[in-house]
Amino acid sequence: MISVQSDDFDVAVEYAALRDSGAGTGAIATFTGLVRDSGDLHGVTGLYLEHYPGMTEQVIQGLIDDASKRWDVRKARVIHRVGRLALCDQIVFVGVCSAHRGDAFAACEFIMDALKTSAPFWKKEIASDGEHWVEQKESDLTRSEGWE
Amino acid sequence: MSDNTITVRFFARLREELKTDQLTIDASPGLTAGDVLAELAHQGGPWSQLQGDQPVMIAINQAMAKPGSEVKAGDELAFFPPVTGG
Repeated sequence: MISVQSDDFDVAVEYAALRDSGAGTGAIATFTGLVRDSGDLHGVTGLYLEHYPGMTEQVIQGLIDDASKRWDVRKARVIHRVGRLALCDQIVFVGVCSAHRGDAFAACEFIMDALKTSAPFWKKEIASDGEHWVEQKESDLTRSEGWE
Repeated sequence: MSDNTITVRFFARLREELKTDQLTIDASPGLTAGDVLAELAHQGGPWSQLQGDQPVMIAINQAMAKPGSEVKAGDELAFFPPVTGG
């Protein structure tokens, strides 16, 4: 299931829903991304996140489908927030249920890495002395290409 | 009469700098996304960046596309900077 929303999310609630995926599930891997105080700018006080409604959900569903072809994925959950976020706020959640930990770790990391370079979200950093649209990082592209 | 237009959308930095989130253009046979970029860039000013040093990503009907991809009447064409979510 995929949600793109301005509201915060509760990892405990999401984890409980992932656990409810049948007795064949032996592993759950989750990732949560947070707003930190340094990025392209120093002294970041928050973020603004924009997305392309409709395309975003299609791209993420495609990533979950790709992951399901490569690994044992019994259930996958992706939440991505948009709009204004403050320091330490949760931005993104990826959770994957598998029979074994290897598949759970790999599928979770793949979805997160690929999301960063293919899902149409854009971050703007807000600092005390200005605003700045974040540039795509070569390191993110390298990580994503590593799964090809 | 059927609508012979293409909707062009802009996101993030491009949306802000072009002061435009959406416009419509007339479709024509064989028109490509690259043709639309060139035509818009020809207006000059901030529009020049559509053919500048910074990469511009292209989507047609919400799927990634290339400059050579054809756009037809009724299509939704989008231009945006490389994505930075997560």
